[in-house]
Amino acid sequence: MCLAIPGQVIDVVDEENRLARVDVAGVRRKVNIGLLDAADGGAQPGDWVLIHVGFAMSKVDEEEAQATLELLAGMGDDYEQELEELKASVIE
Amino acid sequence: MKFVDEFRDAELGQVLAGEILATVEPGRHYKIMEVCGGHTHSIYKYGIDDLLPANVELVHGPGCPVCVIPMGRVDDGIALAREPDVILTCFGDMMRIPGSDGSFLDAKAEGADIRMVYSPLDALRIARENPDRQVVFYAIGFETTAPSTALTLKRAKAEGIKNFSCMCSHVTIVPPLRALLDSPDLRLDGFIGPGHVSTVVGARPFEFISESYGKPVVVSGFEPLDVLQSIHMILSQLTEDRCTVENQYGRVVPYDGNLRALEVLSEVFELRPHFEWRGLGFISQSALRLSDAYADFDAEQRFTVPGVRVADPKACQCGEVLKGVIKPWECKVFGTACTPERPIGTCMVSPEGACAAYYNYGRFAREREVV
Ligand code: SF4
Repeated sequence: MCLAIPGQVIDVVDEENRLARVDVAGVRRKVNIGLLDAADGGAQPGDWVLIHVGFAMSKVDEEEAQATLELLAGMGDDYEQELEELKASVIE
Repeated sequence: MKFVDEFRDAELGQVLAGEILATVEPGRHYKIMEVCGGHTHSIYKYGIDDLLPANVELVHGPGCPVCVIPMGRVDDGIALAREPDVILTCFGDMMRIPGSDGSFLDAKAEGADIRMVYSPLDALRIARENPDRQVVFYAIGFETTAPSTALTLKRAKAEGIKNFSCMCSHVTIVPPLRALLDSPDLRLDGFIGPGHVSTVVGARPFEFISESYGKPVVVSGFEPLDVLQSIHMILSQLTEDRCTVENQYGRVVPYDGNLRALEVLSEVFELRPHFEWRGLGFISQSALRLSDAYADFDAEQRFTVPGVRVADPKACQCGEVLKGVIKPWECKVFGTACTPERPIGTCMVSPEGACAAYYNYGRFAREREVV
């Protein structure tokens, strides 16, 4: 649960509940982007964000996102498991 | 320099290791604590401690939210899960944490309806899907995770979901650090500040460490190069007799934190007067509970929770490990009676726990050292 995984925002699908579709390691999942609302302009399509327990917690640039993905991939099982849990998650 | 070839930029790794060597004063011993379990993980995985001069010692801090949950709190969760009609939901890491009479996993095997969720929003969905059942979210985590629980509770309230509640064991990062700094057991020279928690709280809350205790803090990223650079920044401060909070992870961490997240935290939660930490004992104002405005969603008010205090098992030295007083392998049961498959203490359960991180990578490190 301590991992934060980078993903790229595709589009906002539920304005009211602040849910966006995000591409995370090739998987498309809905995550909440409400915690970024105070940060300059909030999360927009194309932005890279770090996702923790189904919530985008910070915006990062693409280079940082790629570096983090490499670091996570190097973790092996723990990362795989986190990805599995994320895939099983259904946020509405 | 055995691991440096696995870094993203091996050359930079060598340069940093060289700079660190040039910065330390021989004859002076440096004790640096990495607060966050994510850093512990990086340090063991990449053998960062092998790259450091012998007089620079890394000690592991209390920053693994799973490791600090006391036994009594696990028992309380199991008691809730055994209430009729209750579905208890929690993060996967919680499942194997031992309570005084087994773990959530054991209780589930005995018939309690305990479900693993990735997000508190999954727990809320389960509540919507099961209107005849009571769905409790067993919330753990530092300020990294607490805003997610807070937003979930705000949504539950807005939707008027009546069968959802939260058993809150969220903890805060500053009070245990203050407790460590006040404890006579431990003489620390500086801190590698936590990365993810700081995206929420910022670097500012750590200023008391440099201002009142005279120790440097460097908030750090998780890549091995980040950690090495942070160690270099701390050592430079010490050598130059400076002492301040620096932000090595500025590309992700704003100095003042995430204002929106801090706002929802203060709306949904309030500080508990005191909270028990596994191995560290009671620390005042170190954990969160639901504020009065959210009392209807507080599982501890909706149900009767035993709230019994249970002493840690005798063999367990997690407290010393969490305080950095001993290294994981110095615990008498490390790797024998206590393993990730059959943990006695919590530090062996979560991959961020110091004992599990060392168990998973440490042996490997030692073998490489002999070659
Ligand atoms: S080896 Fe087990 S009992 Fe000993 S400190 Fe680590 S987790 Fe606790």
